[in-house]
Amino acid sequence: MSMNRQGRKTQPGTPEESLGDQPTHSGNRGLLIEEPLLFELGDTQTTGVDLPDLPESAHDNETRFGDLARREPIGLAGLSEPETLRHYVRLSQKNYSIDTGIYPLGSCTMKHNPRLNENMARLPGFMDIHPLQPQSTVRGAIELMDELAHWLLELTNMKAIALSPKAGAHGELCGMMAIKAAHEHAGHDQRNIVLVPDSAHGTNPATAALVGYRVRSVPAQKDGTVTAQSVKEALGDDVAAIMLTNPNTGGVFEREIVEIAELIHEAGAFFYCDGANFNAIAGKVRPGDLGVDAMHFNLHKTFSTPHGGGGPGSGPVVLSERLAAFAPVPFLLHDGEDSRLIENAGDVGAGKLHPFGRMTAFHGQFGMFTRAMSYMMSHGADGLRQASEDAVLNANYIRASLSEHMSLAFGEDHICMHEVLFDDEFLRDTGVTTLDLAKAMIDEGFHPMTVYFPLIVHGAMLIEPTESESKASLDQFIEVMIALTRDIREGRSEVFTAAPRFTPRRRLDETGAARKPVLRWSPE
Amino acid sequence: MRYLPLSKQDRRDMLAKVGVEHIDELFADVPKDKLLSDLPELPLHAGEMEVEQRLSRMAARNLSAGEARGFFVGAGAYWHHVPATVDHLIRRSEFLTAYTPYQPEISQGTLQVLFEFQTQVALLTGMEVANASMYDGSTATAEAVLMARRVTRRNKAILSGNLHPHYRDVVQNMAHFSGGDLVLCDPAFDGAEELAAQIDDETACVVVQTPDFFGHLHEYSELAKAAHDKKALLIVVVTEIVSLGALKSPGEMGADIVVCEGQSLGCGLDFGGPYVGLFATRQKYIRQMPGRLCGRTVDADGKSGFVLTLSTREQHIRREKATSNICTNSGLMALAFSIHLTLLGEKGLRHLADLNHANAARLAEKLADIKGVELLTRRFFNEFTLKLSRPAGAVVDVLAEHKILAGVPVSRLLPGEKEAENLLLVAATERVSERQMDQLARALKEELA
Amino acid sequence: MSQIYYTTDHEWIAVDGDTGTIGITDHAQKQLGDIVFVELPEKGLEVAKGEEACVVESVKAASEVYAPVSGEVIETNDALAENSALVNEDAEGAAWFVKIQLTNRSELDDLMDKAAYDAFVENEG
Repeated sequence: MSMNRQGRKTQPGTPEESLGDQPTHSGNRGLLIEEPLLFELGDTQTTGVDLPDLPESAHDNETRFGDLARREPIGLAGLSEPETLRHYVRLSQKNYSIDTGIYPLGSCTMKHNPRLNENMARLPGFMDIHPLQPQSTVRGAIELMDELAHWLLELTNMKAIALSPKAGAHGELCGMMAIKAAHEHAGHDQRNIVLVPDSAHGTNPATAALVGYRVRSVPAQKDGTVTAQSVKEALGDDVAAIMLTNPNTGGVFEREIVEIAELIHEAGAFFYCDGANFNAIAGKVRPGDLGVDAMHFNLHKTFSTPHGGGGPGSGPVVLSERLAAFAPVPFLLHDGEDSRLIENAGDVGAGKLHPFGRMTAFHGQFGMFTRAMSYMMSHGADGLRQASEDAVLNANYIRASLSEHMSLAFGEDHICMHEVLFDDEFLRDTGVTTLDLAKAMIDEGFHPMTVYFPLIVHGAMLIEPTESESKASLDQFIEVMIALTRDIREGRSEVFTAAPRFTPRRRLDETGAARKPVLRWSPE
Repeated sequence: MRYLPLSKQDRRDMLAKVGVEHIDELFADVPKDKLLSDLPELPLHAGEMEVEQRLSRMAARNLSAGEARGFFVGAGAYWHHVPATVDHLIRRSEFLTAYTPYQPEISQGTLQVLFEFQTQVALLTGMEVANASMYDGSTATAEAVLMARRVTRRNKAILSGNLHPHYRDVVQNMAHFSGGDLVLCDPAFDGAEELAAQIDDETACVVVQTPDFFGHLHEYSELAKAAHDKKALLIVVVTEIVSLGALKSPGEMGADIVVCEGQSLGCGLDFGGPYVGLFATRQKYIRQMPGRLCGRTVDADGKSGFVLTLSTREQHIRREKATSNICTNSGLMALAFSIHLTLLGEKGLRHLADLNHANAARLAEKLADIKGVELLTRRFFNEFTLKLSRPAGAVVDVLAEHKILAGVPVSRLLPGEKEAENLLLVAATERVSERQMDQLARALKEELA
Repeated sequence: MSQIYYTTDHEWIAVDGDTGTIGITDHAQKQLGDIVFVELPEKGLEVAKGEEACVVESVKAASEVYAPVSGEVIETNDALAENSALVNEDAEGAAWFVKIQLTNRSELDDLMDKAAYDAFVENEG
């Protein structure tokens, strides 16, 4: 026989002794690769692009720009193309993402991001068009905006839409501006109070203050909902509007919302609904039917445009009949076959329309419109409705499965919508905090839920699984959560206080970061 | 439905576990008469092929920049070439489908990108610090004015007449609702504007732009001194970030806040968004700064790492006392910006800037020769203003029929401004070819003859 | 020898003649956790009793510090700008926030002494 004497072992065998945490020479640990800063890798002379040469006619900078020419070096680091790819791929591998696993951040709605939407947004006919091209050359883009508007208005039974706001908070600002504009138009300048439940997201009071309103808190019930009675007590002829999130920040539908809307309207005020949680009810109930006057969408939550590590968002606002005339520019005007984008307030003449102003340059997050449109077309009316139902079912499944192991904030019989809220009662006297539990979940391969929000319960844990999770995924999540609560009960608190242990970095010193802020790299 | 993993059997089993028979029992808090049975006005679900067909048909109705026989549209958004690597990287799952990095241990990728981005923006603008990005240049400008009011505890902002009219409108809108005083100067088509004399003891800030809306370049060092003499801040706006590869930075001129539209690097045109706003200032103002900030720190093992920091300025903590109501930044576009700038490097950015200017200079020369065309902008970067012998809007429309996108008629953004009627803004980036320039020149000559 | 008074909002004021030195109590410091920043007013600011005079920030919270009595700010503690951790180390000593010139001494009558404050904290917890 011929002998291949270069064989190697194909079974792992047993290591002689554990090396434990002995560091490697490189500092890397297998696939966990340490990546220096761009500025430590690159230099000002390296470039990863090949650009055409300058024409011979080009003059030097001094001649062209005189005293305005840049003389000093900028200090920007460049990398070659392969180095660039490697730098960012390595960095990407330090991130958790929806595509990695369940991302149950309550109120953030981390659902599946279909890649069809990405492809659609990159069609040259959508991506390579300029907001200031003649409108005759962008008929398809205007048609898309029109179609999106149609869907959003149908889903809400509202009358008008402002597509331009850049994100949820910007949409909220737009809605509150429309309300203030309507009051100004009617001469109701004495109305300068906005009612906000004390359970509201901090953006609501921040937005009210930004448009020059003062905030009057409405006491919420234990589950964060507001009663018609408490609204009635806070109302007066100084009230401009109420801001309510529905379903609220604890995942509960406002039971008395119709009565509240009636009270608000009787008092001559407007009803702003924060639509951050619209994903729970899309296709099931229409805000317009409930008496809402303005509501923003978060296209990046409800209609699945990607979160991108913190944006871009997109926050169109729908308006009721009473507010429709005050929508900002630009807006769509139906004009025979095709719609037209009205870009200047003066273009509508003195008529029934009173656009209040402009929220942003150009027309809004068009690239997000195409993605959201692709998502909605894929789902259709039936799919959107099913998505809402599945989101609610998934959250309630987690609620039912964990109710004996963790402490539900509003008691065991309280159904929830798309997210379920726990408090830290079950952690009392265990030496484990909400934050510790969150960090231990990271070691188990999950993204933690939202913690310490909403503020209405102690040590809040807000779980929003979304409709994108399969039953198998939920079961695995539940099983691990139960195992962790068992660890807590059995006193293995070090698993929690030392967590996370298996991440690129362990817990970070946020106090140090805030006391001595280092916000950029500087040359030594 | 392909995006929904639950099977009918799963749903039945899960309802049983929850202890209800029908899904609508979980919607019991919704008033019964408001619960919908269906939405007849909307179509039902569709497969990938069908969605592709419907959207492709819409996209085909647009004249894209690449299809045009010449593309010269600018005015705050520019058609630059974005390297293939940029789009490949921003489509990576771990960047695309991650949330705001609130759990730093599993978000070091996004955080390090933001730290590098903040550094790049600070270097480019010549400022000490920058935030992790804003929605876009126009909203960043409005935020800058609010910040100047907080810093100086004064109320008045002076806006240059050569600020992008949309930016002016956004600032004006914000000031109307939040109660700030504005001085709106008239546009100076020739670029000569006297702002220093208007600064007084109540002035919070002066807002200027370079290259300005009409393409003029400005040296603002004197204006900065005049502002500082009155303890006011100078806010400099840059809508074409590539210009900073060739031009002195606003920081060198003494700006206190610099806001930019970063669209030119990494972003497409996208019919107006998403873009990326850049915001830079001096270290001493960081606690008055809007938007998110990433800071460097150490972890429990003493290793260097990154976190979001100074979050007490933000709405979720300060509520009605927050510096701004903003929750999101423009994370993915900031990433695209940062990757594009990394690929360019200092050398590439400078070269790109030179190319842009060289193209624009050549184009200006060709167009200025035409009878009925006057070049208004003497010193420009990659965009200039022409005064035509006829209203520019009609000329642009006719040329568009020939698939030449000749630029932006100034009257579209300054309607009712009599003097602006014949003005045309023309931009040329590195993408414009000699042939396209000649085509524009020929078409314009014919049209004006 | 100065006299020290306390408020129900967990501020202290040490009064010496017409000058009052103001800070937050050790109890407050413990509740807030690691202090990362103290925003101090400008000298010359007139504050009325109960008005916001300073802001003290931890990583996750920002809390207003109210003037225990009315007066004019005559000095601020610059050491805090460099070292906010001082508040955690010596809240009722070196980490004073501002000194004010009292305008209405009778407002002191509404404040608590050490024993009353300790009892107040005991009850509150």
